Amino acid sequence: MYDVLIIGAGVIGGMVARTLAKYDLKICILEKENDVAMGATKANSAIVHAGFDAKEGSLKARLNIKGSAMMESVCKELGVKYKNNGSLVIGFNDDDRATIEELKKRGDKGGVPALRVLEKDELLTLEPNLSRNVTCALYAPSGAIVCPYKLTVAAIGNAMDNGAELICNFPVTDIEKIDGGFMVKSGEKSVSSRYVINCAGLFSDKIAAMVGDESFSVHPRRGEYILLDKECGGILNHTVFRTPSKMGKGILVSPTVDGNLLLGPTSVDIEDKDDKTTTAEGFQKIIKEANENVNGLDIRKTITSFCGLRAVGSTGDFIINSPVPHFINAAGIESPGLSASPAIAMYIESLLRESGLMLNEKSDYEPTRPAMHRFREASIQEKNEIIKKDRAYGKIVCRCETVTEGEILEAIRRNPKPRDLDGVKRRTRAQMGRCQGGFCGPYIVELLAREQNIPFEDVTKSGGNSYINLGKTKEAAKND
Amino acid sequence: MTDLVIIGGGPAGMSAAIAAYECGIRDILILERDEHLGGILQQCIHNGFGLHKFSEELTGPEYAYRYEKRVIELGIPYKLGTMVLDITKDKVITATNAEDGVFQINAKAIILAMGCRERAKGALNIAGSRPAGIYSAGTAQKFVNMKGYMPGRDVVILGSGDIGLIMARRMTLEGAKVHAVCELMPYSSGLARNIEQCLNDFSIPLKTSHTVTEIHGKERLTGVTIARVDENRKPIPETSEFIPCDTLLLSVGLIPENELSRSMGVDLSGITSGATVDQDRQTSIEGVFACGNVLHVHDLVDFVSEEAEIAGKAAAEYINGMVETTVNIPIKTDGKIRYTVPQVITKSKDVTVFFRVSDVYKNVKITVKSGDDVIVSKKKVRVAPGEMESIKLRASDIEKRKELIFSLEVV
Repeated sequence: MYDVLIIGAGVIGGMVARTLAKYDLKICILEKENDVAMGATKANSAIVHAGFDAKEGSLKARLNIKGSAMMESVCKELGVKYKNNGSLVIGFNDDDRATIEELKKRGDKGGVPALRVLEKDELLTLEPNLSRNVTCALYAPSGAIVCPYKLTVAAIGNAMDNGAELICNFPVTDIEKIDGGFMVKSGEKSVSSRYVINCAGLFSDKIAAMVGDESFSVHPRRGEYILLDKECGGILNHTVFRTPSKMGKGILVSPTVDGNLLLGPTSVDIEDKDDKTTTAEGFQKIIKEANENVNGLDIRKTITSFCGLRAVGSTGDFIINSPVPHFINAAGIESPGLSASPAIAMYIESLLRESGLMLNEKSDYEPTRPAMHRFREASIQEKNEIIKKDRAYGKIVCRCETVTEGEILEAIRRNPKPRDLDGVKRRTRAQMGRCQGGFCGPYIVELLAREQNIPFEDVTKSGGNSYINLGKTKEAAKND
Repeated sequence: MTDLVIIGGGPAGMSAAIAAYECGIRDILILERDEHLGGILQQCIHNGFGLHKFSEELTGPEYAYRYEKRVIELGIPYKLGTMVLDITKDKVITATNAEDGVFQINAKAIILAMGCRERAKGALNIAGSRPAGIYSAGTAQKFVNMKGYMPGRDVVILGSGDIGLIMARRMTLEGAKVHAVCELMPYSSGLARNIEQCLNDFSIPLKTSHTVTEIHGKERLTGVTIARVDENRKPIPETSEFIPCDTLLLSVGLIPENELSRSMGVDLSGITSGATVDQDRQTSIEGVFACGNVLHVHDLVDFVSEEAEIAGKAAAEYINGMVETTVNIPIKTDGKIRYTVPQVITKSKDVTVFFRVSDVYKNVKITVKSGDDVIVSKKKVRVAPGEMESIKLRASDIEKRKELIFSLEVV
């Protein structure tokens, strides 16, 4: 029997696992997909919000400001990139200015540091590629960017290095109350635990209902994005938001920690929690609004486009509570969930403590996870040192992002181990450049097959039935 | 200091190296990122290579081997598995491989011969899901020809570039069913002979003025929606049609791989995406030459080899100090001629100018003028963007000209 089961290996589940891993607890993370960070965590704006957006006094506001303040040191411990690039909410008219003043007041009150309203001249000096039609902006120097899936991989990897377990392809189908805890089932398989923490994102309402909590629901809100080539990454330094209005929050334009430029998201409520399709209308909206905000965008430099689903809770705030003893919800974690994630984990830790879970610190707990080797960012001397130790670091596999075979093998062998092409991509950036794996994809398939000791044709793009190849030549057609 | 460093050991790099060697240069180094010489030809196991150069029909690997053999016979040094990370405008090359680690070379002259890559799906912004089963045609070719695996059974191909056409036939021969080749433009961008031999001979429909508007399937591709497009290339929703398939191959354009050229400061053409060069294939940086698909995308490898010989000879002359610029004649084009290579002439000698047209035209007259003087003109029954054209200019024709204008008129 585990002490704590965490359902969902997104950024919330990952942060919770890592926070609890410092204690003498038997922890297991259950994930329905083939890898971690597969839900809202892998497709969002990748922003650490300063914290002026949410209503004063809400969990969203409190945990955002607290989480945002923790993020830099968390990223440092986990060896993932964090860039404090600052954010701007730009305004085009008097209504926008009024909203900006309002946001500033709210942020000041909540304790968001150093907020300032910039006038046009100063704004355009700071960001010369902004539209000439801007009139003012709210400048939040504490705004930052991270890579949400790398953060999650690192958090879960760190938890696993400290003893936590991870079970993938385990979609929870039922939860049964048993003596001293819960039995969590996935079809015929089951695991039991004294405590259960529901970090199931879009499906957290279904999980809560399995223990009789039907007090809330979660629905999907589609957000489509376009990612531009690194050639375009230098257009902006800050994350640029539109002033929120009756028409919604609008399209943001932001650099990413890896140097690309991200445009999006759209915001459309839908029914199907699995519908991550992009739409022609979505592309049009993103392109139109992004061009209103920023000059010089070249949409032909699109690397990829994607869609994420926000887990919108029915209460309007994060839903973090314990509806039945020893069961904790972390539900409705939409934006600013990523920013708040370290604080949410601490909050859950306090709920566990209150409910009587003994939290004794382990003597051998290791809070840091060494950063992955990043060949392209190393100096020549550093490169040669690592190649001397392992010649695989001298061989470039992904030419667009300059990723070596050494880095790919390191990712494949490290917790949490990727089992598919997309998993390698998220950890190493191999296949994430201009050619989108056209050149290196077949070789990475080979490495995955070899390292996992599985046949070449069993390698998938992202688990399930997403096979890359359908058999050997001359054989595939015979199977019909 | 190395006299000549050649970036890329494909057909362009090998041919340039041999040409430079034959002009007396001995201190040559070819850097190749793959584990063998030959570049993309290694996976092009179909025939049709070498008709111009050797008057024979060779497969890709056979064609490559003729050059590889010569490189080895001449003892031209090369390093495999070696990726160039950076080149400065002072010609300092930083590269890496597993044996040497990261190393730097100072070169007297450099020939850029990195080839091209396929345009990926991302650039197309096709709506729908992102399942497995979507590959560029070249990636599928690698799986089938090099690895011996089938990326799919029921195939739709978007784009009618030559690799797409070749793969339509290849997949069919391997037992897959190719349901359609959709081409956004009203004409194919592939060679006429490939349309005949790869599609028509196998009754594979070519749907011109069609595109893929939506991708279906969560894990593996389950189908695509295709639609006819109007004259502005916008899909017409009423013509939408769902085709069940497990594989979508993309053959939607090739892009010269000029990241290194760009970062070293070589002037690039917005049209070819390759360097702007003179008749010697010298770029805007003295002593840096470019040839093959990194310069502009060719239809036939035979022409790549020829172009690389020009660059190899010129690099040898440069290394031997035979630099003479006698003229400076830019070549301009009207809208119907898309681009020329070279874009400028700097020596008074015979020059063959290669060019592509921007649309399919019938019964045309192509004229090279300087001011009101017509220098050369030639008639063609049909020209198409997929077929490179050329015109020979004699030294006596171009002497004392300020500029040359290439134009096309339908007669």
